[in-house]
Amino acid sequence: MSERLPMAGQGPDAEAPPPHAAGDSGIDERGPVRLESSSVRLVGTLAVAGALAGLAIVTVFQWADPLIEAWRAEVLSAAVTEVLRGAERYETVFLTDGGFTATPASDTTDLDRVYVGYGAGGEPVGVALVGAGAGFQDVIRVIFGFDPETGDVIGMQVLESKETPGLGDKIEKDSSFVREFHGVAVPLVGLKSGRETGADGEVTMITGATISSRAIIDIINARLSEVGGAVEAFWATSPGGGG
Amino acid sequence: MSPRQTTPQEVFLRGVWRENPVLVQLLGLCPALAVTNTVANSLAMGLATFFVLLGSSTLVATFKSWIPREVRISAYILVIATFVTIADLVLNAVVPEIHRALGAFIALIVVNCMILGRQEAFASKQPVGRAILDAAGTGLGFVIALTMMGGFREILGYGSFLGVPLFGPDFEPWIVMILPAGGFFALGFILLLFAWWEGRKVETVRPRHWPHSVTSEVVGAEGGAD
Repeated sequence: MSERLPMAGQGPDAEAPPPHAAGDSGIDERGPVRLESSSVRLVGTLAVAGALAGLAIVTVFQWADPLIEAWRAEVLSAAVTEVLRGAERYETVFLTDGGFTATPASDTTDLDRVYVGYGAGGEPVGVALVGAGAGFQDVIRVIFGFDPETGDVIGMQVLESKETPGLGDKIEKDSSFVREFHGVAVPLVGLKSGRETGADGEVTMITGATISSRAIIDIINARLSEVGGAVEAFWATSPGGGG
Repeated sequence: MSPRQTTPQEVFLRGVWRENPVLVQLLGLCPALAVTNTVANSLAMGLATFFVLLGSSTLVATFKSWIPREVRISAYILVIATFVTIADLVLNAVVPEIHRALGAFIALIVVNCMILGRQEAFASKQPVGRAILDAAGTGLGFVIALTMMGGFREILGYGSFLGVPLFGPDFEPWIVMILPAGGFFALGFILLLFAWWEGRKVETVRPRHWPHSVTSEVVGAEGGAD
């Protein structure tokens, strides 16, 4: 308001802070546009604006967060059911001190975890693991089902990838490639189309997407060599889990 | 100053067409190139930007007399960043699949120079109503430009529009159109069309309004008066 009045600084100028620094007043009385505001006003304006902005964001976050969490859980649940083919429900188990447990003592936020799937009759059908590794463009995240009893991969689904559209993204969209992971023994071996020998653990890679295909195979192998032993140990001791 | 005020319609339509942010001012090209590989992504990006621009311009125009000149840019950025964060959260909660496809580009709306430009050039100097019209026009222009890009690229790159296949199974998609290079091709082609269209109009209009003898006089008079 005061900036627009030609006689600023005299009348209803409530916004001007009373204690002027020396030399400040000259500018204030002359120009219609005040070029120097006191530091208090500058900091105060931004602080108030920042506080209001924070309040607005927190309000929206309070509303959005449960929805986002629910969506994540839904995606995960759908993925676990998909890669364990036949699982009715699943239970999260956490890695503590080299072993898996369903009820860890500490906070679970940062713990490594896998998902144990149970069939319709309550019998465990396998374990779903999430692994990540470098693809052709960016990190690929996959979830895959693993049967500790037979040592087979049960199924695979890509959770996140930025592979080349039309070529590398066939790792998600090409159903014949996804089916390659149904019941295949680990460690997986990637072979180019036409070179299969029929041995266990063979996965036929996608022509034109060899790097992306191999990335998936490497991610699964790496993840299993990392925690496969602990998963098998947990499986052997868990109720109904073969042991 | 100008002899007459521009009408509200002019304020609104200027951003939509004559000064379209992408097609004429060439602002906001980063999202226009990066996320326009499908119509759905383009629409989501355009509407998110529209929302941020409208919200920011309204707030900046409302509170312009309270914001000290020295910190105005910081204040504008703060306002813009708040709206972007809200848009990000809302998209993530309501359309998570599209939010995933847009990735970091939602957060990057903060640095879209088109939005900051409208605050500094228009909203901070004009009444609230005109600022809202200007923001709505510019935002709509951005949505239109992005949707044109998205339509062009999705039809050629996937053979579909909004996910609905347009051609038979024999269609061989132009994969390059959905890759980053396709963004440049599409933008170049659309700019070419736009410039040709506008240029054609100017050619036909100019002789009627400004005969050569008058033009020089007018220019001379204006120069002297200033």
